[in-house]
Amino acid sequence: MPKNLNIHKIVVIGSGPIIVGQAAEFDYSGSQACLSLREEGYSVVLINSNPATIMTDDDIADKIYLEPLTLESVTHILEVEKPDALLPTLGGQTGLNMAVALDEAGVLKRLNIQLLGTGLDTIHQAEDRQAFKQLMEDLHQPVPQSLTVHDLGSALKFADACGYPVIVRPAFTLGGTGGGIAHDEAELKIIGQRGLELSPNTECLIEKSIAGYKEIEFEVMRDAAGTTISVCCMENVDPVGIHTGDSIVVAPNQTLDDPTFQKLRSASLQIVDALNIQGGCNVQLAQDPNSDQYYIIEVNPRVSRSSALASKATGYPIAKIAAKIAVGLNLQEIQNPVTKTTFAAFEPTLDYVVAKIPRFPFDKFVSAERQLGTQMKATGEVMGIGTTFEEALLKAVQSLELDTKMQTTLLPKTTPTESELTEALEHPTDVRLFYLFEALRQGWSKQKIQAHTQITMFFLNKLAHIFNTLTGLQTGQLTVAKAHAANQLGFTAGMIAQAAGVSDSVVNALLPAPVYKMVDTCAGEFASETPYFYSTAFPGENESKPLGNSIIVIGSGPIRIGQGVEFDYTTVHCVQAIQAAGYHAIIINNNPETVSTDFSISDKLYFEPLTAESVMHIVDLEKPLGVIVQFGGQTAINLTAKLAKLGVKILGTSLAGINQTENRHEFETLLADLHINQPQGDTAMNLEEARQIAPVVGYPVMVRPSYVLGGRAMAIVEDESELAEYVQKAIAAAPHQPILIDHDVQGLECEVDILSDGQDVFIPGIMEHLEGSGIHSGDSIAIYPPQHLTAAQQAEIIQTATAIGKAVHCVGMMNVQFIVADQLYVIDVNPRASRTVPFMSKVTGYPLAKLATNLILGKTLADLNLPIGCPTPKPGVAIKAPVFSFTKLPGMVTGLAPEMKSTGETIGLGRDYHEALAKALCDSYHCTLPKAGDVLLSSHQPNAELASELANVGVKLTLGDGQIPAQKPWAVLNLDEHQTTASPLNYYALSHQVPLLTSTATLTGLLEAVLQPA
Amino acid sequence: MKKYLYLQDGTHFEGTAFGATNEIAGEVVFNTSMVGYQEALSDPSYANQLLTFTYPLIGTYGVDMTRNQSTGVLAQCAIVHTLENEPGPDGETLNDYLLKYHVPGIQGVDTRQLTKHIRQSHTMQAVLLNQPLVDDFDTVYTKLFAQCQKPPQLGHATYHSKATHPKHVVMIDFGTKQGIIDSLVDNGISVTVVPYTTDLAMIQNLYPDGILLSNGPGDPADYDVLPLIQKLEHLYPIAGICLGHQILALANGAKTVAMAYGHRGINHPVHAIGSDHAIITSQNHGYMVDPDSLAGTDLVVTAIEGDDGTIEGLAHQWLPMFTVQYHPEANPGPKDASGFFNQFKQLMEKKVAAHA
Repeated sequence: MPKNLNIHKIVVIGSGPIIVGQAAEFDYSGSQACLSLREEGYSVVLINSNPATIMTDDDIADKIYLEPLTLESVTHILEVEKPDALLPTLGGQTGLNMAVALDEAGVLKRLNIQLLGTGLDTIHQAEDRQAFKQLMEDLHQPVPQSLTVHDLGSALKFADACGYPVIVRPAFTLGGTGGGIAHDEAELKIIGQRGLELSPNTECLIEKSIAGYKEIEFEVMRDAAGTTISVCCMENVDPVGIHTGDSIVVAPNQTLDDPTFQKLRSASLQIVDALNIQGGCNVQLAQDPNSDQYYIIEVNPRVSRSSALASKATGYPIAKIAAKIAVGLNLQEIQNPVTKTTFAAFEPTLDYVVAKIPRFPFDKFVSAERQLGTQMKATGEVMGIGTTFEEALLKAVQSLELDTKMQTTLLPKTTPTESELTEALEHPTDVRLFYLFEALRQGWSKQKIQAHTQITMFFLNKLAHIFNTLTGLQTGQLTVAKAHAANQLGFTAGMIAQAAGVSDSVVNALLPAPVYKMVDTCAGEFASETPYFYSTAFPGENESKPLGNSIIVIGSGPIRIGQGVEFDYTTVHCVQAIQAAGYHAIIINNNPETVSTDFSISDKLYFEPLTAESVMHIVDLEKPLGVIVQFGGQTAINLTAKLAKLGVKILGTSLAGINQTENRHEFETLLADLHINQPQGDTAMNLEEARQIAPVVGYPVMVRPSYVLGGRAMAIVEDESELAEYVQKAIAAAPHQPILIDHDVQGLECEVDILSDGQDVFIPGIMEHLEGSGIHSGDSIAIYPPQHLTAAQQAEIIQTATAIGKAVHCVGMMNVQFIVADQLYVIDVNPRASRTVPFMSKVTGYPLAKLATNLILGKTLADLNLPIGCPTPKPGVAIKAPVFSFTKLPGMVTGLAPEMKSTGETIGLGRDYHEALAKALCDSYHCTLPKAGDVLLSSHQPNAELASELANVGVKLTLGDGQIPAQKPWAVLNLDEHQTTASPLNYYALSHQVPLLTSTATLTGLLEAVLQPA
Repeated sequence: MKKYLYLQDGTHFEGTAFGATNEIAGEVVFNTSMVGYQEALSDPSYANQLLTFTYPLIGTYGVDMTRNQSTGVLAQCAIVHTLENEPGPDGETLNDYLLKYHVPGIQGVDTRQLTKHIRQSHTMQAVLLNQPLVDDFDTVYTKLFAQCQKPPQLGHATYHSKATHPKHVVMIDFGTKQGIIDSLVDNGISVTVVPYTTDLAMIQNLYPDGILLSNGPGDPADYDVLPLIQKLEHLYPIAGICLGHQILALANGAKTVAMAYGHRGINHPVHAIGSDHAIITSQNHGYMVDPDSLAGTDLVVTAIEGDDGTIEGLAHQWLPMFTVQYHPEANPGPKDASGFFNQFKQLMEKKVAAHA
């Protein structure tokens, strides 16, 4: 069918701020889709409140609204834009929910806006439990039997009928808390009763348990003519019971024979066809390992995290093709963008293996429950590509940036007892993989491991193969044959050296360089020119020919707390600037969710671990003009010293300059030489030293490890009684690294990004933080331009930042953080692009990462027409507000602290401060502005000022005492900073979708927006 | 033990042996399926071919004799990147399977490099040896090929459908896959399998409702069956699969030609002419019907491959005949085209109705 010519202007709804379960993959799919629609000649209007995205760049859509994703705000934009159509299936659950809300409010009908792609009735059918169950019955597709019950008797009766084990899922509890698997009547009586008690509605779903089944996913595409194809089948190494987003996943499927595979494929295609999907769809299935029985678990009628993974795993760009289908094109009319000689109506075939391992936030959120279940907890993921399962898996392990020792030895940090091990295998956590290796180390048979984990024997055989190889390296002399064999299974030189007890250089001398193979969707059957490569230590043909005149950009790896999609944004901008300057840009990265790992972004993509070893192999092959490390977050910065030592030319600020800011003592000297104040502080190597230092610098003190991200293991310690606990945490977070102990200066925090050519410094603007110091900058609300700083203070900030930039001969960019108190203090300098770059680029109009790249490539500020110093801000105010994922991570402390907790950010743009703040907060907290009659449920009596503001708006205050309020509150305010998601007030808010505010500043911001409208 | 793969053009690969230790010769081809190695190895159409798997891990699940497509392994050898050793329901691994049928294998080959080479230089002769090649390739090839040729075992069997009023098809067997027989039976059609050398009278004595020409190995022009087929197509509704499709084309005046490197995989899109709908099919062929040769025949093209336009289906303008180049029975591969068998049944029913 030719494309739809009756429509001209299409609105695309983005997925908004990043939360657990809805992350960078939607920046990837959204930007792909927008570009794909523009390619077809449509005018694209994009609405997204997440500034840290490529999707919200000027060249992605014809018009971009960085506005809240609330019904009110989106309706207003639709009224102004009068689009012909709206495409909702590319913005995750947020996009779908918005489309449903717009439809229910009658907005689409009133404005005569057509929905493109999969229709709302389909979305309803796939997402509504009852409607879905009915459809499956109509199609004779099996779903696990289930029943909603309100009393224990019904639960027992149902379980008797369908057979044990059953899963108890209490309704409306946080992250499914209180549920569990009952293996017999006695267990069901206990778990069922507990579930009913915990559910606010005394409601549980009792479902026949299929835990332990193989979990299989199909990514399916279908067009309006009904052509339906399976792009990729993925198999979870973790059996059913762990969310697929939290599972180790391998593509293609490994352990299904053809009849089983075809049966599941046919079922998936039949469902997608019956749902009349027009675009991408994800189908999750469970296969009984011991019989022919299978069940349909879930259908997601949109592009998803899995579709991003499938796109990167196969090379087939699902979102791009889905957008073309949405405007009426058929699969057999759309060119395969990889081969350019074939069409989109075919099923990719792989000649390599892909392993995905999720990245969890528990290194930061130590109090959160680590146990994995049906609620996703990972913030990001890494992908390894290899020619064997072992190689793919170990490459993914090398990409995790978790713990060097764990990644090298493959064993847990501490040796568990037999019972701890059993517990860890039966109730898996984020580090399950390492416990599986530990079980092998402790001599467990594979059969015993399988009995405790239900993991398919093929995968256990592979883990045993890896482990036996490791053991083989540890015993006897290291031979060339042993080194080669281990290397071909994905062991790095570092791992081999460690295991064999020899130096890296000894191993390096034994190993040949890896070869690089192309990802081409077709296993070499057709000629392809895709610049998408992975390495393999398996000897053979190297397909990657050096580009010449190239520059390598180091990406930022998996999304984690403190290093989010912002750094993918800066990576992509760096690449674009390199290309515009006439060089070839090469990206190395390992995150399958992101824009940067789409092969069309750079001149060449190497999908590889971000280790010095794998980067060096690429450097040796490509012989680039240099390597840029400033845009890949701390991941790239941490590689700098190793790469420089190996003779790699680092472009931009020199290693010496980087060390001046990263090394504690060099940094102190630098500031002292420049007469810049710094909170008094010192470094300790152990608790004893810390005890001596703390009183000298003066309590309260800030304790933090060096060389870690996002304030991990960082805390404010009020007096000596708390010191030991936090110092030990800091030591654990970064063993053998100095602990930083600084006096905690109370004041107003602000920060600047600076750009420099090594001579002069340009500062796009100052950001002021709404919350005081003591709250991590990533969790603070940032205001631009500053609202509470005097002209003199601003001038001093600019002058100080300039002095630092000049002193370290910054070439490219840096970020400087300040506290304004009795005087100006510098608290931190990051010798790289920071997380504020996309925000500031968008609000000031200066494309900072691109400009910084040009400076790195040798341009001067004058060449780029950049002024020296800080230009006068344009009218208007921009607010960057954090977004949290507390509902997904039970057990977390909700109070804000020096350790970062937010998973994403939103932007509010307004004529004045109050309007901007209200927009940002309403989007961040999914709330409306308070109005007369609303109820605030609060942990504390407000102070006089707040009480009067509440009264002026007409908000009634109820003190929370654990009872469920009669009227659903407008918001909950919990000021007790030590409380976790489990405390009654927080639990109530999070499980009832009531906005949870944890700071008076946030509440005041919302009240003032009502009291002082712009 | 080492194993050596030599191609006609001098290209060679070294690897490790598995399976049987015999030396073989044949035509080297590649298959891009990620599942279904056992169905491919036992597919008679791979007779006398050295079968390269592009997916690197073969044997990640074990062998199950119920999946066999014929009574043995017809491919000359298996060429894989990495052999996996998972056992099947009876404990049988891929290695056991090849040993049982005296078929050698080679692993440790950069199968992507080999595949690209075949794509660029086209399907060619090859030998798999236990020692490096010292003699002239052609001499070794000729000698080995004479020793190791494996003609498919052609059928003499009847399979009864449990349907109340089954149709009866006589299958002209060139080396059929078990999947075709099973699909016919599942669709309410009883099947009598006869070798393609069977004469017309014997076939008529079986009182078929229809004739199906099976798949099989090699060049369709090498089979001396056209007079028989030309008679049959005027007597019965007739259909052909793969080689059967090519032979029906030849019988009606068209020509077949060798393809550069064939279609061997389970991801080939096919669309019916005049439809905007495509299905994904299982394919295994190294020859195709020459589109230029259709002029002046009574054949019409009903379907083509989505990427290269290869003829995938033919029908006769006035005889009850249709053919498919792909494998509607799958095994291995998607079942998207399984409607073929019902369509064939309907063709036979229509014929009955017309005579009634």
